[in-house]
Amino acid sequence: MPAHDVLIIGAGLAGQRAALAAAGAGASVAIMSKVHPVRSHSNAAAGGINAALNVDDSWESHAYDTVKGSDYLGDQDAIEIMCREAPGEVLWLEHQGVTFHRNDEGKLGTRAFGGASAARTYYVADITGQALLHVLYEQLMKNHETVDRYEEWFVTAVVQDEAGEACGAIARNIRDGSMELFAAKSVILASGGAGQAFKPTTNALICTGDGIAQAYRIGAPLMDMEMIQYHPTTLAGNGILITEGARGEGAHLYNAQGERFMEKYAPNKLELASRDVVSRSEQTEINEGRGFDDGTVALDITKVPRKRTLEALREIVNIGRDFAGVDITREPIHIKPGCHYIMGGVKTDVWGATSIDGLYAAGEVACVSVHGGNRLGANSLLDTLIFGRRSGEHAAERARGMAMPRPAESSLAAEQKMIDEIIRRERGVGRRVSEIKDELGTMMNEKCAVFRDQAGLTEAHEMIRRLKEESLHAYIDDRGTVFNQDVLGAIELGYMLDCAEAIVMGALERKESRGAQFRLDFPERNDGEWLKHIVISQANGDGTDVPEVSYSEVTMTQWEPQERTY
Amino acid sequence: MSEYTLKLRRYSPESGDPAFWEEFKVDLDGHRSVLDGILQAKDREDGSIGIRCSCRAAICGSCGVKINGRPGLACHMHLEEAQRRADQNGGVITVEPMGNMPVLKDLIVDMDAVHWKKVQRVTPWLIPEGEHPEREYIVAKEAMVDVTQSMACIQCGACVSDCLSMEVDPLFVGPAALAKAYRFVGDPRDGQQFERLKDLSEDPHGIYDCTHCFNCIEACPKGVAPMSQIMRLRRIAGSDHGIDDRNNGHRHEKAFVKNIEKNGLLHEADLLPDSYGGKFHPRAVPELLASLPVALKGLQRGKITPKKALLHAHKAPKDVKRIFERVHSQQKRYELNLYVSGKDEDLPGGEEMQDVNQGAQAHGTPASSSAERSPNQA
Repeated sequence: MPAHDVLIIGAGLAGQRAALAAAGAGASVAIMSKVHPVRSHSNAAAGGINAALNVDDSWESHAYDTVKGSDYLGDQDAIEIMCREAPGEVLWLEHQGVTFHRNDEGKLGTRAFGGASAARTYYVADITGQALLHVLYEQLMKNHETVDRYEEWFVTAVVQDEAGEACGAIARNIRDGSMELFAAKSVILASGGAGQAFKPTTNALICTGDGIAQAYRIGAPLMDMEMIQYHPTTLAGNGILITEGARGEGAHLYNAQGERFMEKYAPNKLELASRDVVSRSEQTEINEGRGFDDGTVALDITKVPRKRTLEALREIVNIGRDFAGVDITREPIHIKPGCHYIMGGVKTDVWGATSIDGLYAAGEVACVSVHGGNRLGANSLLDTLIFGRRSGEHAAERARGMAMPRPAESSLAAEQKMIDEIIRRERGVGRRVSEIKDELGTMMNEKCAVFRDQAGLTEAHEMIRRLKEESLHAYIDDRGTVFNQDVLGAIELGYMLDCAEAIVMGALERKESRGAQFRLDFPERNDGEWLKHIVISQANGDGTDVPEVSYSEVTMTQWEPQERTY
Repeated sequence: MSEYTLKLRRYSPESGDPAFWEEFKVDLDGHRSVLDGILQAKDREDGSIGIRCSCRAAICGSCGVKINGRPGLACHMHLEEAQRRADQNGGVITVEPMGNMPVLKDLIVDMDAVHWKKVQRVTPWLIPEGEHPEREYIVAKEAMVDVTQSMACIQCGACVSDCLSMEVDPLFVGPAALAKAYRFVGDPRDGQQFERLKDLSEDPHGIYDCTHCFNCIEACPKGVAPMSQIMRLRRIAGSDHGIDDRNNGHRHEKAFVKNIEKNGLLHEADLLPDSYGGKFHPRAVPELLASLPVALKGLQRGKITPKKALLHAHKAPKDVKRIFERVHSQQKRYELNLYVSGKDEDLPGGEEMQDVNQGAQAHGTPASSSAERSPNQA
């Protein structure tokens, strides 16, 4: 059985950063991902990474913006750590080889971003996430002697020992279908978000909530799951993202009547208000009949000088041309709010440790919580790197001096049986996996989007319970072992359904409007009753599916809740 | 909504059967991608269709395939465009796995065995000289913009798929890996520029193995223009560092240019000996002897005559000379770069540049313009 000090599941930025940190701390490391690491969804973070690195900026200012952006739901101790460590992290990235944009003096240059009181977003054109991901992968290749890479391995379960501590994982080698039990002293989940539970979404097809569900199933509590960020600028139909960098560079939003409507909703920050505010404003315009016929409003990038657009927003020039048939340097492009990011996830402390000993989580899969009710643009890359590194360091420390656990072989047999059972299901008896996924996504995007209410959410919850039932008999076509993506799709559907249920339960529970959660039936923020995290966990702890709601305090350090205007 | 027929190349290593073609009918708007089409077929008809895919927005590089015989990303080609191209030869959109890499299943190829192995060949990480500074490295803005073009590579393998040199020499380091090499050679923070270039020049499968076929430039969905990056590696290796490689790559290039300058058009009989230092150079003798059979065959078939081969009378016309003079008189070398968009159109003289860009885009190649080459020269 392969055995490592630290096993990392997921190889986006959080996972790769954790791997490098753990290896740097002397641990033997394995990093595993269901796709090749550079295919990870960190690629999609186009705009940049926030850090108060300029001498006239301060981490306190960055932290305050983040707290305010979170609608005061973010834990301030974690936010302080993230913002304080941000400048060092950006410099570390620069030293590893990230080709950050420079100013005329040859120093790191910045761009403006939403919800920020200073231009503190560092970037590589509009391929920042991609550049970071590929540079970290360069470092993984460099450190191949201390970091073993398992590329295209699909984890089906995290394994616990008798005391309940995480001691490894079971994974399927996608290339040949073989199953393997991996032993590890510490396990780090870094497998990203769950956006595929919504349709459309900006998220990649791989973002199916795997890690969130894997942790949840073995008893780790989930937190802030109701907080789903709808990004203000996505293409109608396919949900493809137009980076916030466009507005950062000066693009405006207009309704169908040609009004720059953000003047009404956020007179000071206008298009650069927090994402929840901008998305809500757009959706209000659309719902009240001032949008275009295709249910969109217009993003006008022609306000940005063309040379600048071609140099700094090259990727969305391509996206406009290839996916909407629009030359964004010449004409406005139609956009709408679309599912983009989950602020919630597996509840962790500031070292990425979950409530299960030996199990860590970092990046979008986790909820530290630094984003609270709403994440600021360009804080996600930062979150992945800071907490990826911290969990890598802590996991390596935990492993030091510890004996290698020997996870029970019986767990491997159980997972093999689970997969065989899916493959054996009779065709045509139940529904197709893809059909259920489609119904789930469409429904979530209808009932659990920018505006929510009790009736819609209740309906959504009932529907999820039904889909969970149906998924137990859902059938697939592929009976093979080599690249059987079909059977993985069936497992992913289960993960998405677990995530969706936690999302809807959190949204039902939170009877107020805060951050990304806007309840039409409770339109005000209610600090008296709801300035607290909602936690969803499996009550029984025996594998039966009985979700339960509880609460967790919000950590306050120096910022008292205020009315939030932009 | 329109109906499209997708003809997919299927292969299952477990079945024992050879690869075969299978047609699927899909119903989608024409501006949806070929990948959307394949996923619809997979969702509705046959979940066993194998294709790697993730982002659907041409940024993750998973879905490299050949559509109607040309390499690219399945998510990056509209159905209507694919249909239009298919109409020119038969009418059905065909999708098959990329070339130059072994097929694992259906549209999935073994990237590790070829592509990633080659990437690893170029020591793909930054090797700065000495300790890093306390804060960031101070480097010219233009230098970072310059390497952004090769950073834009998403490692999809489309260029590798259709590399003609790799077809002949599977050991060729290849377009993607060499573009990756430029990302370090062009990065002023890297301390190993000479060593990297020496290594890739001396390697018989290195930078001089490229035959300028432009296939990689055509294939690249991100405008990385791998061949241009290879040529830049050559210029920095040969002209800046004066690396005279054992493959005679650099000498061959010099001989080629000299040949044209002198004759106006290529005089092949001189090219070969000149590439080895001249007809009487000891290095040239064995090469000339080795090429005798080819020369004799040419004579036999009337492709060359002794007179043409030995007494080449053609002299370069004045216009050719003028071009050479103009190029030689330039103080700086100018390079093409996607991320440098030239002059702003608001400034005088900007219109011209912008028209060039648009013309280039209309022909499906990325907009680019000349930019001063600055990294590593300072």
